[in-house]
Amino acid sequence: MWEKYLSLPLACRYEAGTRKEGQSRTQTFRKTGQRRTKAVPRQDEENSEGYPMFGTIARKRRWAIAALVLWFAAWGALAGCGKSTSPEFSPGTEAPTGKTPQPTPAARDVVLATTTSTQDTGLLDYLVPIFEEQTGYKVKVVAVGTGQALEMGKRGEADVLLTHAPSSEKPLVDDGTVTNYRLVMHNDFVLVGPPNDPAKVEEAQDLKAAMKAIAASGAGFVSRGDDSGTHKKELDLWKAAGVDPKGQAWYTESGTGMGQTLLIANERRAYTLTDRGTYLAYKDRLDLAIVREGDEDLLNIYHVMQVNAEKYPKVNAEGAKAFVEFLVSPETQKLIGEFGVDKYGQPLFFPDAAKEGKE
Amino acid sequence: MDLVWSGLHEAVRILLAKDPEILAIFGLSLRIAVWALGISLLIGLPLGVFLGVVNFRGRGVLLSVFNAGMGLPPTVVGLWVALFLWRNGPLGDLHLIYTPTAIVIAEVILTTPILVSLVAAAAAGAKERLHEFFLSLGATPETYLYLLLREIRMPLLAAVIAGFGRVISEVGAAMIVGGNIRGETRTLTTAIVLEVSRGAFDRALAIGFLLLALSFAVTAFLTYLQHRVREG
Repeated sequence: MWEKYLSLPLACRYEAGTRKEGQSRTQTFRKTGQRRTKAVPRQDEENSEGYPMFGTIARKRRWAIAALVLWFAAWGALAGCGKSTSPEFSPGTEAPTGKTPQPTPAARDVVLATTTSTQDTGLLDYLVPIFEEQTGYKVKVVAVGTGQALEMGKRGEADVLLTHAPSSEKPLVDDGTVTNYRLVMHNDFVLVGPPNDPAKVEEAQDLKAAMKAIAASGAGFVSRGDDSGTHKKELDLWKAAGVDPKGQAWYTESGTGMGQTLLIANERRAYTLTDRGTYLAYKDRLDLAIVREGDEDLLNIYHVMQVNAEKYPKVNAEGAKAFVEFLVSPETQKLIGEFGVDKYGQPLFFPDAAKEGKE
Repeated sequence: MDLVWSGLHEAVRILLAKDPEILAIFGLSLRIAVWALGISLLIGLPLGVFLGVVNFRGRGVLLSVFNAGMGLPPTVVGLWVALFLWRNGPLGDLHLIYTPTAIVIAEVILTTPILVSLVAAAAAGAKERLHEFFLSLGATPETYLYLLLREIRMPLLAAVIAGFGRVISEVGAAMIVGGNIRGETRTLTTAIVLEVSRGAFDRALAIGFLLLALSFAVTAFLTYLQHRVREG
């Protein structure tokens, strides 16, 4: 009997199917204590009670059918996504057509691991469609921050990297993890803080003195603490100033992106190091002023590089190379230099590819 | 507070102007939710009913596992799914990382325990109340199952609502395995994260309103269905 698999730990069990034809039963619902008397006819009898007996199941099935219909309607909303297990999930992002040479589909995707700043400023949203139009490649921009982007390169998970931490990039160039290492552009970092500048950073002789002044003032400093390019830069500045901020009461590690860090610094009336682009995007919501800018050590230098396909066979070398060449081409460099002028009245990035080799 | 107004304004503008990018993101979020929920339901319903009504050794352990699974941290699931799907991971050759499919996989892992647990609890309760009664009808396995499913239809819809809520609002796993790639894997939640980090709070709010509207509409619809079910 199949029922034995459903055995119930109840005292009042009885044998099913022992009733005679036409016999009725009184049911007591133990759990609720509710006593309900109901004539329960056999399957072959007329069901006059209206309880969901087998004869009326068809009628009661309406809800099930309705649910099924809805379910299929929802799946119908997926129309055109029959091939949804393929990367082509989203309509409207079809490959550019015409004129351009089409790479084979397998080699079409180019994974670009990059820092959040290039995405947050909108620069990549501006450049990538142009590249895709020109070459037929499809760029997957994964914006993760410089630390993780470099790590993705080290594991061969990305094809091309665009990052801004030269001191962390150098080891990868030296050990052959990445090739075709090219200077693309720079912008600059700025130190921002309360407008009245309690630490007198503005008056400091040089950047080192400025950092020391922040540490000494106790006004507070908010660090991103996320291994991003900005965080790495900030740690370099502390090191140069001979200050070890780790664990100090005035030092906060936010563990978040640049925008969030700016907001936290704003709340705490503390100082922080930020890239100019994010600061400009957030300026309206901040009561923070630029207290230090223009020092040479505040330059924020972006390099592009392709992950070495000889080391990682799964890397799309052709696509990566195409993207590197695209970024350093004179036309793209011009676009980079113009980007952001209409919105902020000043460029967010300064093209540098022409300067390469003169460093 | 004027931010809220400009956010609402922006939301209406997006809807009226039919901003194609946002609408595509909207559609993608809905599709991911439907797929993830559908697959979870296909797994969770039979498994939940089975765990709810069938006695076997280890049932309690399995139930505890699924109950604990209701609280799975999305970022942890995202990380593990990513580990498997990465190019150089065990399933790398499927090329699934940074695709909507990857997000669906992660969401299924997150939602299935919710459905299993809620369905199992409902099924166990219904069985306790009605086991005798079903048998007294001379129920065959099929009719027993049918009656049981019919009995738990309300909690089942509640489970679906809970699962939908999880899928549509999830951001951690979607960010890690999807990568928030424009035009491909950007969902409403990851788009909000991006707009916030861009300082475009009004736009983030606008997308938030759309997400809330979607969530509310679907939940209201399911609730309506639930009430219909109760009366039917």
